[in-house]
Amino acid sequence: MQQKKDRMNDEVGPIQFGSGNGFSLPVLGQDTPTTPESPDPIAAGSRDAASSEVLAFQKSVEGKSGKQYWRSIDEWAGTPEFEAYVKREYPSQVEVIVDPFSRRRFLQLMGASLALAGFSSCAYQPKEELLPYVRQPEEIVAGKPLYFATAMPMSGGAAPLLVRSNEGRPTKIEGNPEHPATLGGTDIFSQASILGLYDPERSQAVTYTGEIHSWSSFIGEIRVALGVEKSNGGQGLRILTEPVISPTLGKQIMDLLKLYPNATWYQYESAASDGAFQAAQEVFGEPVRPIYHFEKADRILSLDADFLASHPKNLRYIKDYTKKRNPEAGNTPNRLYAVETTATATGGNSDHRIPMKPSEVEMFARGVAAAIGVGAAAEVPEAFSLMIEEVAKDLKAHRGSSLVIAGDEQPAAVHALAYAMNGALGNAGSTVVFTKPLEVNPVAQLNGLRELVADMQQRKVTTLIILGGNPVYAAPADLNFAGALESVQLRIYHGLYNDETSSYCHWHVPEAHYLETWSDTRAYDGTISIVQPLIAPLYQGKSKHEVLAAIIDQSDHTSYEIVRAYWKSQGALNTEASWRQAVHDGFLKESALPAGGLTAKQTSGLLTNVTPQQQPASNTFEVNFRLDPTIHDGQFANNGWLQELPKTMTKLTWDNAAFFSPRDARNLRLENSMGSSGGDFEVDVVELELAGRKIKAPAWILPGQPDGVVTLHLGYGRTRAGHVGTATGFNANLIRNTGTPWNATGLIVRSTAERYVMAQTQTHHSMEGWNLVHETTFDEYREHPDYIHEEEPPTPRDLSLFPNWPYNGYAWGLAIDLNSCVGCSACTVACQSENNIPVVGKEQVMMSREMHWIRIDRYFTGSGDNPNGSVFQPVPCMHCENAPCEVVCPVGATVHSAEGTNDMVYNRCVGTRYCSNNCPYKVRRFNFLLFNDWTSASLKLLRNPEVTVRSRGIMEKCTYCIQRIQNAKIESEKENRLVRDGEIVTACQSACPADAITFGNINDPNSKVAKLKASKRNYSLLDDLNTRPRTTYLSVLRNPNPALKPTKTENA
Amino acid sequence: MKQIAPPLYGLLAEFDTPNELVRAARATYAAGYRRIDAFTPFPIEELSEAIGFAQNKLALIVLIGGILGGLFGFGLQYWASAITYPINVGGRPTNSWPAFIPITFEMTVLFAALAAVLGMLALNGLPQPYHPAFNVPRFALASNDRFFLMIAKADPLFTHQGTHEFLKSLNPREVSDIDE
Amino acid sequence: MAEREPMMAEKVVPPIMEPGYTFATVTDKISSIVLTHKTPRGWYIGFGISFALFMMFLYAVSVLFVRGIGVWGVNIPVGWGFAIVNFVWWIGIGHAGTLISAILLLLKQDWRTSINRFAEAMTLFAVACAGVYPLLHLGRPWLAYWLFPYPNTMSVWPQFRSPLIWDVFAVSTYAIVSLMFWFVGLIPDLATLRDRATGRVQKVIYGLLAMGWRGSAKHWSRYETMYLLLAGLATPLVVSVHTVVSFDFAISILPGWHTTIFPPYFVAGAIYSGFAMVMTLAIPIRKFYHLEGFITMRHLQNMSKVMLAMGLVVAYGYGMEIFMGLLYSGNPHEHFQTVNRITGPYGIFYAALILCNILTPQLMWMRRTRNSVWALFVISIIVNIGMWLERFVIVVSSLSRDFLPSSWGMYAGTRYDWMTFVGSIGLFLTLLFLFLRFLPTISIFEVRAMLPAAAIKEKH
Repeated sequence: MQQKKDRMNDEVGPIQFGSGNGFSLPVLGQDTPTTPESPDPIAAGSRDAASSEVLAFQKSVEGKSGKQYWRSIDEWAGTPEFEAYVKREYPSQVEVIVDPFSRRRFLQLMGASLALAGFSSCAYQPKEELLPYVRQPEEIVAGKPLYFATAMPMSGGAAPLLVRSNEGRPTKIEGNPEHPATLGGTDIFSQASILGLYDPERSQAVTYTGEIHSWSSFIGEIRVALGVEKSNGGQGLRILTEPVISPTLGKQIMDLLKLYPNATWYQYESAASDGAFQAAQEVFGEPVRPIYHFEKADRILSLDADFLASHPKNLRYIKDYTKKRNPEAGNTPNRLYAVETTATATGGNSDHRIPMKPSEVEMFARGVAAAIGVGAAAEVPEAFSLMIEEVAKDLKAHRGSSLVIAGDEQPAAVHALAYAMNGALGNAGSTVVFTKPLEVNPVAQLNGLRELVADMQQRKVTTLIILGGNPVYAAPADLNFAGALESVQLRIYHGLYNDETSSYCHWHVPEAHYLETWSDTRAYDGTISIVQPLIAPLYQGKSKHEVLAAIIDQSDHTSYEIVRAYWKSQGALNTEASWRQAVHDGFLKESALPAGGLTAKQTSGLLTNVTPQQQPASNTFEVNFRLDPTIHDGQFANNGWLQELPKTMTKLTWDNAAFFSPRDARNLRLENSMGSSGGDFEVDVVELELAGRKIKAPAWILPGQPDGVVTLHLGYGRTRAGHVGTATGFNANLIRNTGTPWNATGLIVRSTAERYVMAQTQTHHSMEGWNLVHETTFDEYREHPDYIHEEEPPTPRDLSLFPNWPYNGYAWGLAIDLNSCVGCSACTVACQSENNIPVVGKEQVMMSREMHWIRIDRYFTGSGDNPNGSVFQPVPCMHCENAPCEVVCPVGATVHSAEGTNDMVYNRCVGTRYCSNNCPYKVRRFNFLLFNDWTSASLKLLRNPEVTVRSRGIMEKCTYCIQRIQNAKIESEKENRLVRDGEIVTACQSACPADAITFGNINDPNSKVAKLKASKRNYSLLDDLNTRPRTTYLSVLRNPNPALKPTKTENA
Repeated sequence: MKQIAPPLYGLLAEFDTPNELVRAARATYAAGYRRIDAFTPFPIEELSEAIGFAQNKLALIVLIGGILGGLFGFGLQYWASAITYPINVGGRPTNSWPAFIPITFEMTVLFAALAAVLGMLALNGLPQPYHPAFNVPRFALASNDRFFLMIAKADPLFTHQGTHEFLKSLNPREVSDIDE
Repeated sequence: MAEREPMMAEKVVPPIMEPGYTFATVTDKISSIVLTHKTPRGWYIGFGISFALFMMFLYAVSVLFVRGIGVWGVNIPVGWGFAIVNFVWWIGIGHAGTLISAILLLLKQDWRTSINRFAEAMTLFAVACAGVYPLLHLGRPWLAYWLFPYPNTMSVWPQFRSPLIWDVFAVSTYAIVSLMFWFVGLIPDLATLRDRATGRVQKVIYGLLAMGWRGSAKHWSRYETMYLLLAGLATPLVVSVHTVVSFDFAISILPGWHTTIFPPYFVAGAIYSGFAMVMTLAIPIRKFYHLEGFITMRHLQNMSKVMLAMGLVVAYGYGMEIFMGLLYSGNPHEHFQTVNRITGPYGIFYAALILCNILTPQLMWMRRTRNSVWALFVISIIVNIGMWLERFVIVVSSLSRDFLPSSWGMYAGTRYDWMTFVGSIGLFLTLLFLFLRFLPTISIFEVRAMLPAAAIKEKH
C-alpha cells in the first residue's frame, strides 16, 4: 500500500517540491536536479492552480507579513494594540485574547497573528498569473497520497522514516520498514515532528538584533567579519554545534577549519554522554561505541540504562528485546535485571527492578564485576549482596548470551565496568559489538564547552557561530554561558526557533526543518540515511549546509548540491543510480558502521580504583537529571502533541516535577492532593538547592522512586519557546553543574508554603484487584497455559436472549500484546497525527478532557511504595460487538458497520455524552469546546484530508483508522480480490516499535490477528460484561529468577 | 303600541339553593318538559338525571383514542427500526420490542388524554362564546352562587304565558325571559 | 387559627375548611386575589427577585451556547453533571402536583381540593424547568429536534432503544397531559372570573379562556366524566414518567446505575420531593394571601404524613441498594461502587443526603412537629435539598469511578453550573408568581361543592 517515491526518478523532478506541491510544471532539465528558481516557493507555487492552500499560506508568511508575524507574537501579544488589531483584522480571534484558556487556544493565537499578517500582506503581493497544468504529472493522482523516504536527524541516531505526502503536503510520519536500524518502528519525537514542521512559531526571517534582514545581506555582512578573522587564521572564530553526525556537514566543517586553521569547533547538547566517551577512550584507547544485540541476549543487566525509552536509537532494541520475550515466536525468554535510579519504562518492564541511589550504581556494578572476576573486589552494600550474587551467577551461566548495558548518564567507571564485564562474559562480538562513533568527530562535550566559555570570558572569541542547539538554555548553570556569550563581538545563531539563544545573538538565521531540506545522517547502527525534503521551506529557512556554505564562500550552493557533491566523492554513492537507489530507499544498504568485538583493557584504572564517594552532608538528597520523556532536552517544548502526551511513568502532562519517593515525601510532609475537577493535582512546591544554586519545583510523589533520590527532568522552564512551551514546568539546568551533569549529591530540599497544580491523565494507579491486566510468569504459563480462563471463564456466546448478529465477510479486530508493550506512547502520537486529534491544553487536561484516542494505562504492580514493576495497557476503542454505547445513543450517531466496527457518525451526533457514560472502557472523547483549530493557516496543511476535523459538541473515538480500511478495500476491489492480511495497518500499529499491536480480519483463521486471538494468553477486557470487544489483549509474562523473591503478580 | 320585543329563546328561573333547583328540575321534567337545562356554579350529580340527561359516550371515545395511540406508538418504532431504517445497534435485533414498550405506553396515554379533553369539549359544543342565556344580566351569578333552570322555547309544551306560570309555581326567586 | 391552638389540635382533627363560608364568600375571597385587589408590594418584591434570578439563568445559558458545554464542569468520565441532576430533581418535584390532583381524586381525598390547583401549576412549572435541561446539556443544542421522530430527507430516525428517547416521549407526554389537566380544571373558574371581571380587557381575556362555559348541567356531567378519566390516565402516567427517568440510569451498565430498584425508588423519591415542595410553597402562600381558611393545618398534616411514608420508602431504597451491592450481587464492581459511594470522595454528600432525607423527616412522627408550621416549612426545605443531593450522588459518584481505575476522575460544578441551577429556580418562581397574580390559586368551584350548602338533601 505504501509505494515509495524517489524524487530523482520522477518525471516532475525536484522542482515539484520547490513548489511545495505535486502539481508544478513538468520539468525542463532532467539532469539538473535543481533549477535556479526551484527554492522559490512563490514563483513556483504561483504557477500552480491546484494547491492554493499551500500557496496562500506561503504567501501569507512572505516578507512583510513574516515581519509583522514574528513581531506581533513577541511584542504585541496581550497589548491593547494587538487586541485591537486582531479585532479589526480577525474578528473570530477576539475570544482568544480574552480567553482564560489561552494555551488551550494557542494554535488559534498563532493562527491569528499569522493570518492577520497574511491579510496585511495580500495587498503587497505582486499580481501573478495562474496557469492550469498542461500535462498531468506522473504518479500524482489527486487524493492519492505518495510516500517518500527520509530520516529525522537526532543525536544518538536518526529516525528513518517514510513520510506521507498529500498533494505536496507532508501529513504523516511512518517508520521505514526496510531500514535495518528500526525495521519500521517509530518514536514519539519523529511522529510529532510533523507538527513541528507546521509550527507557525518557527522563526521565519533572517534577523540582525531583531531587525529583519535579507539572506544576502547576512552573507554580505559575515563575509566582512570573516574576512577579518581570516587574516589571523580565524583565531577568534569559534563554532558551536550539536554533535555532528551528518557526514556532509562534518566535511563542510572540516573545510571551514582548513580555511581558518586557528578556529575551533565545539559540540554540545544536553544529552551529552561524556561518561561513555571517556570510558571508551580509557579501556579501548579509541572512542568506540557499543551496539547491543538483544535478540541474542538471554540475561540482561541494565545499569540504569533506559533502553526501552522512546528514542530513535532505542527502536531496534525495543523490537529485539520484546521479540525475545514473545512465547508465540518460540524464543527462550530473556531475563532483565534493571538497576535504576528513578522509575523508568525499562524498570517497569523488567523481571527484577533494582532501585537504588545513583551513587550506589557504581558500587553495585563493581560488586557484580568482582563476582564475575573483573576489576578489584569491592565491598558492596548489604542490601544488594544477594541480588549481586544471583545476578552474577545468572550472567556467568549465560556466557556469550548475556549482556550488560550501562546508561548514558552513568560515569565513565560504570561504562568501563560494563565493557569489561561483557568482555569477561564473552559477550563482546555476540551480544555486544563495538563500532566507530556516529559522530564525525566525537569529543568530551562538557570539557569543550567549559573551554569555550573560558575563551569567551577572556575575550578571545571574536566570532561565534552557533549551529543549532540552544546552549543559552541548555548549558549547565555553573558555566554562565549567556553571560560569557555577551563578551563575543559577533554572535551568529542558526536555529529553528527564535529562542533563548537567538535573543543573545546578533544574527539569527532561521533553520529549515528536516522535512524542508536535503541532508544526510546516520541511524544508531551507523547506516547512512538520506534526508529528503517533502516540501519547500515554509518560512525561508536555511539548512546547516547552506549556512556553512555561505561561511566558506560557497553561498550559491544549495543543500542538494552540497550533499550530492559530497556523496559523489564517496565510493558507495558516486553513481547516479546508486544515489537514486539510496534516496528512494532512504538509506544506503550495508552502510552500517563496521562492528567488531573488542575486549576491554582489564588494566584500566577505571576498573581498579574505586571513584571516591564524597560523603554527602546528612539530610541531603541525591539528585539525578534526566531528559524529559516527551519534550526531550527542550527542543520539542513548543510541540503541543508532545507537551500533552502523558509521560510514560507519571502520566503527567505539560509539566516536569521533582520526583520524591513515597517515604521521603512522608518524611518531608509533601502532599499530592487530588483536585475536584478530574485531572488536577495540587502538589507542594519545594525549593531545591544544589551547590548554592536554587530553584523551585513542584514535588511529585512517584512510586518506585528510590528513597533519598530526587529526579529532575530537563527541557522545561523555557523562557522563549513559543506560546506552547514557554512557562511550562521549571528549568532544571539552573542547578545543573558541568562537574556532575547527570547525578549529583548534596541536594538540599526545603519545603515552601506554595502549592502548584499539575495536570495528570491517570489519577489512579492500582487495579483494585480486578484482572484488567493478566500477569504471570513464563513458568506458570508453561504449566497452566489456561490460567486466564481458569481465573475467569469466558462469557459464553449464547448468553444473550437476543440472537447473535452475524458477521460474514470481513470482521476487523485488533490484538494488543501487553507483554510487548513498553509504554513508549508512539501509538498515541501517531494516532493524534493520523486522525487530526486536537491538543486541549493544560487547563483542559486538568478537567480530564484530553482527546487521545488511544491512551496507555499504566498500573504499578507490587507494593505501593516500591513496586516490582509496572504494566502498560494501550486502550483504544474496543469496538464491542454488543456495544453499550450504541444502545443508549438517542439519535443513532454511533452504530455498527457490517464489518463489526463501532462507527461514529459525527454529523449525526448531538452530544448527549450518554455513550461515554455507558462505555465501560471510557475510550470516548468529547469536544467540550472548539478544541480543533479551524483558522491557523499552517495547521490546515497538517491535516489528514481523509479524516473529518471534528467540531464543538461532538463525541469522537478510535475508528480502527477506518480511512485506511476503506483505502485497502478500494484497492482490493479494483483488483477484484480480498484484502490481504497485513494490508491494512492502523496508525498505532505501524508506529509501534515493539509490534505489540496487530490488526486484521478475525474471520480469516490464517490472519496474524486471528492466530494471536487464538493464543491462550488472549483475553478481553471486562469480559464478564459480555460486550464482546473486537480489541483483545495478550497477557503479560515475566521471567523472574526463581532464586530471588519471585515478582509479585498481584497488584497494589 | 309597544315596539316589537326581540324573539324569545326561552325562560330562566333563578333559585337560591341547589336543593330548590333539583326539586324544580324534577317537577319540570315530570310536567313533561324536555328541552330544559340547568346552570350551576359547581357540578351537581343529581341534576343531570333530574333533567333527564342520559349518560354520555365520552368513555368510549377515550378508549378508542388510547388504542389508536398504542398502535401508533409501537407501529412508529417498529417501522422506523425494523423496516425503513434497519441498522445494527449494539448487536441488538432490529425489532427490539422490549425496548419499544415505554414509548408505546406513553403514546397510549397521550392519545387517550387528548381524546378525553377534546371529546369533552366537542360534545359540549365548546368553545361557544355566545349563548342567549348570557343576555340575562343575573345569569352572571350562575358562576357564583345562584342556580338556574331553563326551559327552551323550542319545547313542544312551551307557551310564553303557560310556562311562565308553571315556573312561577316552582317559587323561584325570579323568572326572566331569555332573548334570542 | 388552627396552628395557634395546639390544645385543640392535640385532640380534634382540624377541618378541611374553616366554617362560615358561603358560595358567595368563597367566590369572592379567592377571585378577589386576582380581580379586585391591587397587587401587593410583597408580590412585586418576590417577583422582582425571581425574575432577576431568571435573567441570571438566561445569561448563563447564553454563555453556554456561545462557548460550548465546556463551560460546565462535565468531563470524561463524568459526562453528566448538574444538568441531569437538576433535570431529575425538577421532574421529581413535578410529580406531587399530578399525584395530588389525580391519585387523591381517585381516592376521593376531599382535602386535596384546596391545594390541587397550585400543586398542578407547580407541576407544570417544574416540568418546564426540567424540560430545558436535556436541551441545554447537549453538545449541539441547536440539533435537539433530532430526538423527535419526524420524516426527513436523510430518512434517518431516532434510536428507539435509547432511554433518552423514552425520556423525550415520557416528559413531553407528561407536560401535555399536565397542561390539559390543569387547564380544563381552570375552565369553570375562568368563567367565574369572566362573569366577575370589571375591566374590559380582563373580561375579554378570561372570556376567551373560559370558552363560553356556563355551568350547564349537561356540560358538568361530561366534564366530571372527563376529569375522572383524565385522572385515571394521569396516575399511571406520572408513575411511568419517573420510571422512564430512572431508566436513564438503570438501563446503563454502570455499577451503581444498573439496578432494578431504581424505578420504584425514583418514583417514591419524586413524590417525596414533590410533597416537600408543595409544602414549601403552600405555607408562605396561605400566609401571604390569608388562605388559612382553605389550606388548613389538616392539609399540612396530611402532606407531612405522606412525606413521612415516602421518606420511609426512599430509605428502604437506600437500604436495598446497599444490601444488593455488598451482600447479594456478588459483583466486585457493584461492591466497590457501594463502598465508594459511602466512603469515597463523595462520601460527605452521601452522609448529608442521609441526614436530610432519612433522619430529619423522622421528626414528623411527633404531632407537635406536624402542628408547627415553621417546623414543617424547614423540614420540607431540608428534604428538597436532600433529594437534590441524592440525585447528585447517584449521577456523579457512579460515573467518577467505574470499571477501569485508569479512567477515574472527579467532577465539580463550575460557576455556570451553579448559575444555571439557581437560575432555573428563578424561572420556576417567576412563573409561579405570575400564576398567583393572574389565576385563581384555589379551585373555586370545587371548594363551593365542598360547602355544606352544596349537599343535596333528598327524601326519596
